[in-house]
Amino acid sequence: MRKYSVFAVAREAMRGHKGWEAQWTSPEPRKEYDVIIVGGGGHGLGAAYYLAKEHGITNVAVIEKGWLGGGNTGRNTTIIRSNYLYDESMDIYEHSLKLWEGLSQDLNYNVMYSPRGVMMLSHNVHDKQSFSRHIHANRLYGIDNEWLTPQQAKDFVPVLDISASARYPINGAALQRRGGTARHDAVAWGYARAASDRGVHVIQNCEVKGIRRGPDGAVTGVETSKGFIGAKKIAVSASGHNSVILSMADVKLPLHSVPLQALVSEPMKPIFPCVVMSNSVHAYISQSDKGELVIGAGTDQYNSYSQTGGLQIITHTLDAICELFPMFRRVKMMRQWGGITDNTPDRSAIQGVTPVKNLFVNCGWGTGGFKATPGSAHLFAHLIAKGEPHKLAAGLTLDRFRTGRLIDEAAAAAVAH
Amino acid sequence: MLLIYCPYCEEERSELEFRHGGDAHIARPTNIADVTDEAFEEYFFLRDNPKGLIFERWRHIHGCGRFFNAARDTVSDKFYLTYKAGEPKPVIPGVSPATEKTVETYEATEGTAK
Repeated sequence: MRKYSVFAVAREAMRGHKGWEAQWTSPEPRKEYDVIIVGGGGHGLGAAYYLAKEHGITNVAVIEKGWLGGGNTGRNTTIIRSNYLYDESMDIYEHSLKLWEGLSQDLNYNVMYSPRGVMMLSHNVHDKQSFSRHIHANRLYGIDNEWLTPQQAKDFVPVLDISASARYPINGAALQRRGGTARHDAVAWGYARAASDRGVHVIQNCEVKGIRRGPDGAVTGVETSKGFIGAKKIAVSASGHNSVILSMADVKLPLHSVPLQALVSEPMKPIFPCVVMSNSVHAYISQSDKGELVIGAGTDQYNSYSQTGGLQIITHTLDAICELFPMFRRVKMMRQWGGITDNTPDRSAIQGVTPVKNLFVNCGWGTGGFKATPGSAHLFAHLIAKGEPHKLAAGLTLDRFRTGRLIDEAAAAAVAH
Repeated sequence: MLLIYCPYCEEERSELEFRHGGDAHIARPTNIADVTDEAFEEYFFLRDNPKGLIFERWRHIHGCGRFFNAARDTVSDKFYLTYKAGEPKPVIPGVSPATEKTVETYEATEGTAK
């Protein structure tokens, strides 16, 4: 792999850009791998990268039904933050945030991580009490989070309407300055390039159709649209389709898959300096480097794999955006899409072993998986390599729904879905 | 937005009038305090989450207020049919195998209440 640098850009500028090589190879599958990862999104590709980099396991294939990052990695609003309430959540999201901070250098790929700040608007007494609780919990845990008065919030985001007559009055805000955004495609591509460079096979357009098991019940490989591929270990990280894949090994998960929508506006000059989320009226917004407003809406109420979602959901979000930021009322929306999120009953992720030997699962990231990408991938690689969870992910096991040790982030999420 | 046929009101109404109620035909164990952790997990948390045919509950919360069941495709979001609470799980021709035994829920007892 040729390193990307300012010198490489200068060299290629002289040569008419004819020397850039493919970022990753697309090999034919081998007969057998040590590890097969199902799902070529950020979590799966990242896990492959960390398996190769930190655990020396390079006989790895990432199998993807469509194209890299074409699922939820490319369908989210790219918000990164770690201001969760419970220790288990703070552990993993803060671990992730720390990895985000050095990810571009680590991968030699500009993932455009931008710690521009994530602000959560408080509209009522309940919000204020809930956010204060979060702020105190975070600060005790060494995670930055601070309370802003309405005027301080407006100083940070000048286009915010804090007037007393506003439809959704603002009585303060919580701000995590280290939170921000990153470029979603670059995360998938950067991990794929770095993993491929270390010998990982990235196999696209290859659908997993079955999981084959040996006489002792352990997995032996996957049936795919490119034939049978053997594997000593199988790790599933297929976001909305985790239930579908795991059902092939007769494992039932506590998940339901629902569409979550987002949309972007026409591009504009830089106007919006950070990420703003509003829990109570359900809207979140940031501006991409291209200038588009990136707006996230809510989930639909029913199970669906349709990748679309109902119009009333985004209408509701845009109503709220227009009230909070009156100057955006005449902005045109350009594109809208849905991603299929896999949600757990306690709204915390599951990462751990399954009842089937050598079958691992990374699922249930629900509506918040993008921010967890590096941390989740890093800890998932540890789980696959060692066969037991890293201590930072020890609480995310699948059996917590039997033992009752739930991580009840549902009531504590930034936006209620 | 979905258009949903309420089997009690006997007309199609917009999704805004309805609240989704999770999977249908899940029977609560009558001896809930005595069941094993595994059985409770199975009843309370584990779901098929199917890609394709799903049987689910809906409540016409801004209408008649009644719970009813629906058979729907989770890829196209198309409803095959809706039916009253307490009625057995229907067979969808060409889609669902007629193998599973029908599970009656507590709603069966209030199926005809007005």
